[in-house]
Amino acid sequence: MNSQLLSLAIWVPILGAVPVFWVGSERRTLVRWLSLAVAVAGFLVTLPLYTGFDATLSGMQFVEQAPWITRFNVQYLLGIDGISMPFILLNSLITVLVVLAGWEVIEDKQAQYMGAFLVMSGLMNGIFCALDGVLFYVFFEASLIPMYIIIGAWGGPNRVYAAFKFFLYTLLGSLLMLVALIWLFLESGGSFNILDWHQLRIGMAPQILIFIAFLVSFAVKVPMWPVHTWLPDAHVEAPTGGSVVLAAIALKLGAYGFVRFSLPIVPDASHHLAPLIISLSLIAVIYIGFVALVQTDMKKLIAYSSISHMGFVTLGFFIFNQIGVEGALVQMISHGFVSAAMFLCVGVMYDRMHSRMIADYGGVVNTMPKFAALFVFFSMANSGLPATSGFVGEFMVILGAIKFNFWVGFAAATTLILGAAYTLWMVKRVVFGDVANAHVAELKDIGSRELLVLGLLAVCVLAMGLYPFPFTEVMHASVDNLLKHVAVSKL
Amino acid sequence: MLNNFVMPDLYPAAPEIFLLLMSFLVLFVDLIFGATRRWMAAMLTVITLLGCTAITLVTSDGQTTLTFSNMFVDDLLADFLKLVTYLAVIMMLVYSRQYMADRGLDKGEFYLLVLYATLGMMVMISAANFLTMYLGLELMSLSLYGLVAIDRDSTRGTEAAMKYFVLGALASGLLLYGMSMIYGATGSLEIGGVAQALYQGQAEKPVLVFGLVFLVAGVAFKLGLVPFHMWIPDVYHGAPTTVTMFIGSAPKLAAFAMALRLLVYALFGLAVDWQKMLLIMAVLSIGLGNLAAIAQTNIKRMLAYSAISHMGYMVLGLMSGVVGGQIDAFTAVNAYSSALYYTVAYVLMSLGAFGMVLLLSRAGYEAENLEDFKGLNKRSPWFAAIMLIIMFSMAGIPFFIGFFAKFAVLLAAIKAGYTAVAVIAVMFSLVGAYYYLRVVKLMYFDTPVDSAPITAGLDLRLLLSLNGLAVAAFGVFPDAVMMVCTTALMRSL
Repeated sequence: MNSQLLSLAIWVPILGAVPVFWVGSERRTLVRWLSLAVAVAGFLVTLPLYTGFDATLSGMQFVEQAPWITRFNVQYLLGIDGISMPFILLNSLITVLVVLAGWEVIEDKQAQYMGAFLVMSGLMNGIFCALDGVLFYVFFEASLIPMYIIIGAWGGPNRVYAAFKFFLYTLLGSLLMLVALIWLFLESGGSFNILDWHQLRIGMAPQILIFIAFLVSFAVKVPMWPVHTWLPDAHVEAPTGGSVVLAAIALKLGAYGFVRFSLPIVPDASHHLAPLIISLSLIAVIYIGFVALVQTDMKKLIAYSSISHMGFVTLGFFIFNQIGVEGALVQMISHGFVSAAMFLCVGVMYDRMHSRMIADYGGVVNTMPKFAALFVFFSMANSGLPATSGFVGEFMVILGAIKFNFWVGFAAATTLILGAAYTLWMVKRVVFGDVANAHVAELKDIGSRELLVLGLLAVCVLAMGLYPFPFTEVMHASVDNLLKHVAVSKL
Repeated sequence: MLNNFVMPDLYPAAPEIFLLLMSFLVLFVDLIFGATRRWMAAMLTVITLLGCTAITLVTSDGQTTLTFSNMFVDDLLADFLKLVTYLAVIMMLVYSRQYMADRGLDKGEFYLLVLYATLGMMVMISAANFLTMYLGLELMSLSLYGLVAIDRDSTRGTEAAMKYFVLGALASGLLLYGMSMIYGATGSLEIGGVAQALYQGQAEKPVLVFGLVFLVAGVAFKLGLVPFHMWIPDVYHGAPTTVTMFIGSAPKLAAFAMALRLLVYALFGLAVDWQKMLLIMAVLSIGLGNLAAIAQTNIKRMLAYSAISHMGYMVLGLMSGVVGGQIDAFTAVNAYSSALYYTVAYVLMSLGAFGMVLLLSRAGYEAENLEDFKGLNKRSPWFAAIMLIIMFSMAGIPFFIGFFAKFAVLLAAIKAGYTAVAVIAVMFSLVGAYYYLRVVKLMYFDTPVDSAPITAGLDLRLLLSLNGLAVAAFGVFPDAVMMVCTTALMRSL
């Protein structure tokens, strides 16, 4: 039996948030450093999960088990495999960056802002670790609360609408999942253990219903077309940190749900309905790509680009081959880095200009050369340029898709053109050209703190693009096991 | 003949007897010191309830004992429900101290009526006979009518009391009528006797079902289920906030006991029939309660409609005990204990929610509009957080007790095969989430309109904090309360 590492990953940030709330927003310096300390501690406790991880095993590692609700046989059951482990590290790292990004910008109620992100971070770690259906659900839904507050309290002018839309959309999905979880509990003879459910034999009709219940829940979270409309609103209105966490981690929860629940629990329904998911994914990739092209608001553009990229992820999962699934997972991690960086870049500009409109910018490179270099680099990564992390995942998924069906692969590959088109066109209008107006002329280049945050992400993006092996290595055994499992009918 | 007289065993009814005797003391103390030392009556009332708690704890032996010629029962379920009732009443008294004093309403009558209403609830909880049930119900209801009108000069209060009285009397009539029909069919007023007659199948079904309809209507009125819910919004709105808090908490436990004793203990043989009736009322309550709550601007009215929907969820558990006419002890305990758990959880949340209204009220000012919660996070981050916990708990979001209550009830309903009903119920809880979220929005996203400092006393602040933290703590560790509910039911069925 290993240690309590997963519990630490969950509870260090959550309990660490308590003193942050306690200190209060008046003592700003103390709050900032305390939040940073908690976030860094939260990241450090997750490092042994990588170093101590045995990549040759496909099963769950670092398992912790304790009874929680004996009445319904609900357990405090935690464990990670190669699929979930990278996301815990990613989440904890992003939290550190979010704390740094909110260092000076957030002036109002800073303690609550930082505290909300720390709580959020712990809850999301919980989602990735939970191996009990109820525990998963509890973390899944509880994570809505801090995000609702973050969007609503520190967001833009239309924040209230965005916060409600975010909350209710996501709740709609998860409530149906709750019914499905209870059904599985009864069907499995009284177990909420997800791994037991993986072995449970289920008839075709219930499988379809369960698949749909999970689909609604996860599709909203991913988000897939046509239930994606909350995302642009939430992204545009959320403060920079909120957008970063949403894009980098929260969207991954839905995709993770497909891998942990839909595919292994109802494999036959997954196969049966795969054409539907593939179609929805391709619509997201192509149609949303076009939608992104016409955006005038930078955050909205990146939000649509996120939907389009997440379309790749769901596509990768439902073509059922090794390279596709692994590509999708790599794409998830890469998108975590790249979208976080893109939102941070927009945040950097927004802090200075208080505008997200592309039309208000032009020639930023003249006044902010360091920033422009990083921004262009991340944009390249966003459009999937080789040697950046964005390329690896997309390339793998396209390879997998072509193996599955040439035309699906062909359609997916259009993203390389579309993604480049919308991202680079935005870069051209914002960064290059002559200085557009007096405001741009007054811009100051990024300071050392912003440089540190963006630089760190740039290193990650580059490292993953050049040498993705450490990432694929850890997930290989688990993905292999998943695909073998999914290939066997449960009827 | 004196030698025929057998002294009944008073031991099981010790808490009731103690409360009654103490109420005379309160009466005298109020008479003598009422004008000068008002705190004495209040203090004595709390002491009485603490004494009842002690007696109930000491006399609780886990056995089912019948006394007073099988009219009164003392079982583990009764003990548990009574203990929660005392707790709820004590909390209500602490919450209301300052509010009532500020308005000159902390008169002896208030404490006496509260005590008698509590006594009524205790009798309902322990009723083993239709007449005992009716007696307890009337004692509780009449005291509550008086309490609603305790502020003589308030027209809204008087109007609410009138409405409550007229509708309540009608409901009591329905209940009595139903009881008499069932008596006619089974020849017994005893809960055990009715169950026995039904089990032997001698009773005439049409008469029984006819009586059952009236009985269910009476129970539904007390629970506030649609379509017998009309009184709830007006009474909640019109009564002084402390009285609303009282009506919204402990009587729900008594009403639950009444539903359980009448429908499950006595008429279990007709479960298939009354389950259908409850099903319709549960769905309607969940639907109408949640929809109507959205339109409210007054938080007391909003909480009234929310109470209707919550009782709908509770009934969802109550109606899931018998599956397809098959009696299975495990399913039954599972379902009824989920309903019990839901009621207890709801009482805790309801006390907290009204406690928040009292916190924001002050002398000469009723903070009963949603607007009053605007920007609370700026005025007091701590209590904004407490309200956030309570609202999310009511909405059924984890990690709070409200989630596990909904979870248990949904599980029971799905187990009983009501999957479609469960889906409808969760969809309406999505609707419900909207208005709870709106309160959170007002507190966290808006700027305050009222910047007066919060002047509530230390006792209220402390209790409210504990109340809110309990809602969270029982959500993180839901096991203990669930187990207690299950054990209490299992040992008493």
